[in-house]
Amino acid sequence: MSLADPALPAKPRPPAFPVNWTSRIAWIGLALYTLYATSILELSWARFVTGLDNGAKFLARMFPPNFAADKLELIYTGMLESIQIAVVSTFFGVLLSMPLGLMAARNLSPGWLSWSARALIAVFRSFHPVIVSILFVKAVGFGALAGILALIVSSMGFVSKLFAEVVEEMNAKQVEAVRATGASFWNVLIFAVMPQVMARFVGLAVYQLDSNLRNSTMVGIVGGGGIGAPLFTAYQRFDYDVVLTILLCIIGLIMLAEMASGRIRRIFQ
Amino acid sequence: MSAAPLSPVEREWRRFTPSERIARATIYILTAIAVVWSIKTIEIIPEFLYDAPAQTLDLFSRMWPFDWAFYPKEIHAALIETLHIATLGTILALILALPLSFLAARNFTRNPILNFLAQFIFVSSRSVNSLIWALLFVAVFGPGALSGVLSIAFRSIGFVGKLFGEALEEAQRGPIEALTATGAPKSMILVKGYWPQVEPAFWSVALLRWDINIRESAVLGLVGAGGIGVALDSALNNLYWDQVGLILAVIFSVVVLTEIVTSTIRRRII
Repeated sequence: MSLADPALPAKPRPPAFPVNWTSRIAWIGLALYTLYATSILELSWARFVTGLDNGAKFLARMFPPNFAADKLELIYTGMLESIQIAVVSTFFGVLLSMPLGLMAARNLSPGWLSWSARALIAVFRSFHPVIVSILFVKAVGFGALAGILALIVSSMGFVSKLFAEVVEEMNAKQVEAVRATGASFWNVLIFAVMPQVMARFVGLAVYQLDSNLRNSTMVGIVGGGGIGAPLFTAYQRFDYDVVLTILLCIIGLIMLAEMASGRIRRIFQ
Repeated sequence: MSAAPLSPVEREWRRFTPSERIARATIYILTAIAVVWSIKTIEIIPEFLYDAPAQTLDLFSRMWPFDWAFYPKEIHAALIETLHIATLGTILALILALPLSFLAARNFTRNPILNFLAQFIFVSSRSVNSLIWALLFVAVFGPGALSGVLSIAFRSIGFVGKLFGEALEEAQRGPIEALTATGAPKSMILVKGYWPQVEPAFWSVALLRWDINIRESAVLGLVGAGGIGVALDSALNNLYWDQVGLILAVIFSVVVLTEIVTSTIRRRII
């Protein structure tokens, strides 16, 4: 380029930073949408400011947190039940996800089976665990069982979807090699598929335990057992100091679980 | 190879070191103990179980046929409100999380205190469920869409910030060093050095969270934070199961549609 012929007309240099129109249009669209939706929902600054006033009163009623012995006992049983719900539902949910995920994997199952498994997973995934537990409260009554069943359903939705993706990404050569020895379907599964995907599966299971712990504190709002019920009762009775105590316990539990799951995942990497 | 055959070395190959095996075994044992303890001690009322099949059948027979007339009356408006809550909440979360994730990225902000502060905000945002955020905001701002938008936003800040901050930390040094060498101010390094590299990651995180938020915003109404959950809550309280069935079907189709939309967009931008 440096030896350009001076007789040729000089080409204008392209700009160093060309305008990315797609992204610019996306930004303008987002800004217009935000204005439109804010006006539709009647979100106004005045309302926000009034709310802040309320917020100060709310915070004043929350502090100090209530550590009375009878409340603590209630919280202890509720938290324990939430942990139990999370453990049991993760165990069964993950256990059931393994066959469902294998059925949904397109490289292992015939088309009709993988499609029906995928449809089932889509149904499981599309509802929030709290909505699912409403249905189970109607089916099996109030209590921990409804929460467990709801979280099993949502665990199956999440874990089997990602597990199917892991299985689809695995190396086909090892499967072919084992199949070439005349191995049965189960032997192919155990000696060719499982060793490749097991580490990722454990990672998914740990992640799901983490997520089930979060949700097991919530299913109680609709009667699914756990700490959610005392939380919601205290909230409706305006016992905000008890609400704060429960929230601190939940946040502590979730942070602990996050640290523990990080540790476990590192061990199984 | 001409020398005498090598004496066989007595060595057994193992996949894991002893400490790795001990760690794994401990976790297996702890898991087993936790599961057995939970199943044995959890309180399940067996009397409720006997009529569970009958109750389930009853549930579905009450749900079908749906109360279609209810859709134009209430559900449609509530559905639109839900979509607005999820989208506005996501946008607000992006606005709040963007500067924070620049603070959290250790290669952009070279100040451990600011890094830690941003990380701390992310962790606290993520460890409070969106329903709990909704409880708090309903107490502060009263029931309605405003509480819903804020709770979606506050729950999403941690998610978006963490993922986008990680994308920032993976940005290549080359373009940034080149810009620094030209004497570009920090703001231009941000806009022309970092941003083009992380923009696809930004949109992909935004889409992912939007998809999740559509699902989450459907339940916020159960605690009064607006959207289709309010309609669901009143239908449940009145035991109008044919309306409940219709609402669930509507939520399902919206979630499936969102998933199709987000996966199409994602395939285009990545």
